[in-house]
Amino acid sequence: MRSTCQILRLKHSPAVTTKKNVAALRRESYTVDFIKKQIEEFNIGKRHLANMMGEDPETFTQEDIDRAITYLFPSGLFEKRARPIMKHPEEIFPKQRAIQWGEDGRPFHFLFYTGKQSYYSLMHEAYGKVLHVEERQDQLRAKGLFSEKPKTKDPIGSRWLIKEELEEMLVEKLSDQDYAQFIRLLERLSALPCDAAEEEFVGRFRRTVTVQSKKHLIEPLQYDEQGMAFSTGRGKRKTANAEAVVHGHGSGKIEINGVDYLLYFPVTQDREQLMFPFHFLDRLGKHDVTCTVSGGGRSSQAGAIRLAVARALCSFITEDEVEWMRQAGLLTTDPRVRERKKPGQEGARRKFTWKKR
Amino acid sequence: MLKGMTRLVSRVHKMQKLRIRKLDPGRFLHSGTQAPQCLVAHLDNQVPTESPRAISRTLENDPAKHGEQHVGQHYNISIQELKTVFPHGLPPRFVMQVKTFNEACLMVRKPALELLHYLKNTNFAHPAVRYVLYGEKGTGKTLSLCHIIHFCAKQDWLILHIPDAHLWVKNCRDLLQSTYNKQRFDQPLEASVWLKNFKTANERFLSQIKVQDKYVWNKRESTEKGSPLAEVVEQGIMRVRNATDAVGIVLKELKRQSSLGIFRLLVAVDGVNALWGRTTLKREDKSLIAPEELALIYNLRKMVKNDWQGGAIVLTVSQTGSLFKPRKAYLPQELLGKEGFDTLDPFIPILVSNYNPKEFEACIQYYLENSWLQHEKAHTEEGKKELLFLSNRNPGLLERLCAYL
Repeated sequence: MRSTCQILRLKHSPAVTTKKNVAALRRESYTVDFIKKQIEEFNIGKRHLANMMGEDPETFTQEDIDRAITYLFPSGLFEKRARPIMKHPEEIFPKQRAIQWGEDGRPFHFLFYTGKQSYYSLMHEAYGKVLHVEERQDQLRAKGLFSEKPKTKDPIGSRWLIKEELEEMLVEKLSDQDYAQFIRLLERLSALPCDAAEEEFVGRFRRTVTVQSKKHLIEPLQYDEQGMAFSTGRGKRKTANAEAVVHGHGSGKIEINGVDYLLYFPVTQDREQLMFPFHFLDRLGKHDVTCTVSGGGRSSQAGAIRLAVARALCSFITEDEVEWMRQAGLLTTDPRVRERKKPGQEGARRKFTWKKR
Repeated sequence: MLKGMTRLVSRVHKMQKLRIRKLDPGRFLHSGTQAPQCLVAHLDNQVPTESPRAISRTLENDPAKHGEQHVGQHYNISIQELKTVFPHGLPPRFVMQVKTFNEACLMVRKPALELLHYLKNTNFAHPAVRYVLYGEKGTGKTLSLCHIIHFCAKQDWLILHIPDAHLWVKNCRDLLQSTYNKQRFDQPLEASVWLKNFKTANERFLSQIKVQDKYVWNKRESTEKGSPLAEVVEQGIMRVRNATDAVGIVLKELKRQSSLGIFRLLVAVDGVNALWGRTTLKREDKSLIAPEELALIYNLRKMVKNDWQGGAIVLTVSQTGSLFKPRKAYLPQELLGKEGFDTLDPFIPILVSNYNPKEFEACIQYYLENSWLQHEKAHTEEGKKELLFLSNRNPGLLERLCAYL
């Protein structure tokens, strides 16, 4: 009965077109049976997919599923979240709270009437652990076996949960003060000497943080027949592809597709783009460049060559300078590409002329 | 994207090019006291402390005495000389620069020196030798030509200078059917303008040279045999309809008489590839005109042939004003086409290339002395390196870049 009501509700909601339509849509509440059915369907679908791809259904992991879906349904959409996905229903459907009270109306949890039962139970548990550890410390001190072991601070690779993640975990709304209080308690707990169980408890609330710069491999210098150092780099911008070979100990000559850069780029703006990496590193007259470029227009070719030259120059300079270049934006591929024209509009953004009648 | 980077070249597009500046009186004093120092440097044949002035300027104002040691240095041409020798020869940007700096300074460069050397050693009994200056855009062909013309003027040659032959094959408003030959077309405006300038350049010769034929202009006017050439020129300037014919007569007479040895003739044509290219001029029925059908071009072609003695022919091929030629073409073969190349063959080609480092340095010094580069980084090493990179030592580009600073 509940499901038919759900379906009826679903059918009715589009008919009710009020002004505040968006706000009036309540969150769809999924029943436990519904979720279970979805999980079964997901598993069956996973096996079917494995058979389709010719792989073993038993050892078909989530990455394999992702790969199979991108292969079977290729999508050119820019927004990654709009592309087709097949994931476990727990990740797709938002977590819902089960019914908190029994048939007689009595709540199951003892902290139900606080309003935020999971939060307070978590605080209670954490504080209990703190007390337990302090008690153990007192006992050790009483016995005289207490030794002040300096606590090794967590390595920089992890961080505390953020408020949204905690809310998601507890399926409850929190306020900022609640969140701050919780983090303070956890830090106090982690500062004390804990054993494995407490470490594991604290670890549930820490997430790893990737190291800020995925350092792209800096290739070592190559040496050609005369013994002069050179290095290659590739660059892309919009539809232009460039490949540059930078020689050390040059005189500042740049040759593009066999033509001098003065003839290839008559516009000063393009030559300024080429000058940027050298000027940044103060190596204006010291390198020779030979490069090939194809595709795109004049400005995108200049940008592509700039990127290629910057990447090639990485082999010649120190780590710090690579970091400075990266911060200056010399080593990042420009992600801007031409936006698609949409139907019903004249261009990507421009709409047709609006006629009142 | 370029946040927080102070760079030398900014994107100021609309800058005023003409800044009229008065020379401050201190400069004259400075030049006076500098003179003995420069002379001493020359005499000693060593430059112990290279003052910037010694690099970029020289006091040797006579092109005849320019030699290897003057390469890269600017020499001064006085304003009076400029008016007589170059009424119409200089490129427009250079004229603007002269007006701004209140002085005309040309740089001595190797191609010009080479040509001067050849000219000094010409044998005037032999047919006139043709020299062709060629090079990429903006490398200084026209100004080298002007250097040569200045030298010849100082040496008292008769200068026949066509500033830009491309102007004669395009954008002509009025084309008349030629009075002399029904097939050809006249260009009265261009011809009269050129005659005026020719007169200013070569006043003193016009009275000496005598015409050797009788020319009848129309029922009432004619020029007798033996009258000075000045009359023909006057006739051309007065009666604009006969200007083209006057030009033709002048060219014919000069060619005939230069072999006699009274004077030496220099034929200098800029953009000679216009003579054999295509035109954009159309007849009334919208059909294209070939260059041969223009009287001016026809006569000029006869001039450029080396069947006369007693002078030299210096030509420039340029892509800048040319019609229907690709941008990257700069070799004489490409620009002249087959017909032109065959007609001009044999000639001595002289390549004009970009500045070498010394010349570049001298040019920057010259601009700095005239306070043309106002950017604070202009005289630092990094600034110079930036300019070097951006212009790749091309004189024309450097001049345009510095106009923004």
